[in-house]
Amino acid sequence: MRTPLGKARGLGPARNGTAHWWAQRMTSVALVPLVVWFIVSIAALTGADHATIVAWIANPFTAVLLALMVIAGFYHLKLGGQVIIEDYVHHEGLKIAGLMALNFACAAVGLASIFAILKISFGS
Amino acid sequence: MAEFLLPKNSRVRKGKTHAAPAGAEGAATNLRRFNVYRWSPDDDQNPRVDSYEVDMDKCGPMVLDALIKIKNEIDPGLTFRRSCREGVCGSCAMNVDGTNTLACIKACTDIKGDVNIYPLPHMDVVKDLVTDMTNFYAQYASIEPWMQTMTPTPVGKERLQSEEDRAKLDGLYECVLCACCSASCPSYWWNPEKYLGPAVLLQSYRWLIDSRDEATGERLDNLEDSFRLYRCHTIMNCANACPKNLNPAKAIAEIKKMMIERQS
Repeated sequence: MRTPLGKARGLGPARNGTAHWWAQRMTSVALVPLVVWFIVSIAALTGADHATIVAWIANPFTAVLLALMVIAGFYHLKLGGQVIIEDYVHHEGLKIAGLMALNFACAAVGLASIFAILKISFGS
Repeated sequence: MAEFLLPKNSRVRKGKTHAAPAGAEGAATNLRRFNVYRWSPDDDQNPRVDSYEVDMDKCGPMVLDALIKIKNEIDPGLTFRRSCREGVCGSCAMNVDGTNTLACIKACTDIKGDVNIYPLPHMDVVKDLVTDMTNFYAQYASIEPWMQTMTPTPVGKERLQSEEDRAKLDGLYECVLCACCSASCPSYWWNPEKYLGPAVLLQSYRWLIDSRDEATGERLDNLEDSFRLYRCHTIMNCANACPKNLNPAKAIAEIKKMMIERQS
């Protein structure tokens, strides 16, 4: 029995959205040079043995860039994945569960990657 | 979940074919087939596509001319909205040849082969080509599309606007709210209740950049929402569909820039 205007006005504006959108743009801009650097570096290491790769990661310059790429990448994945879930999943419970799983997975895999980089750089 | 398949009672079936009378003296040589979506709320039938053969030598050039001819001469039951027949009222918005457009300014000669005509996609159908615009109009009302000022109305004269500021409304004021853009937007298909859609956002921007309006901040406040504004993913179907050649996607991008501008 709600009026069409009442439905359209709904719960009102959420008073956020710009921060999410801006963070998504920032991480995509950051990822452009980082991913290009990563691909070029990995291509240059084609055929290298395990010790060479480990030494490459242990290099402070490499380690910092890798960590930046992991942080920007997983943050970007969380932001983008959230948009996809909100777009397509309309069942409230499934949506909340999906968003939680996404956040947990991004945090866990991102942290594990950072931990691996640090462990290699500082020596095990 | 978003629906990717039509529900069973919405699956479109093949309908009747109304062939042109054959063999008569002066039989038509310039026939064109129009396949038109039909659905009535009065029976429990699934929607169907009826085919009509129209003699284009005795028909106006536009798709709307053909629809009117079909209604007048072949099938009076065919239901569609129309009024101005020159692209300023926005009534005859429908999906022609796969793209949302105004039937009155879409020339039949611009279409190859059969002319396929459907209602605006992902809108509830009232009957045949008539869709339910209730939510669309309510969303338009929700952005308060009128001039809002704190300064009292000047006595005995208009609110003045420089030529440069007036020029900023070009490409926006021409919008006739036909909903071709919104009904072409996948993001609006999935979230029509919460996302305002390209047409209403273009109209929002029309008031946001009007130099005479003094409610810019409140207008932006009402769009600061991850659904109302930020469901736009720059898909650009809106700009492709607009029969007036406007660019709602650009207007939405400008709103996003205003959002950034006021906080940095």
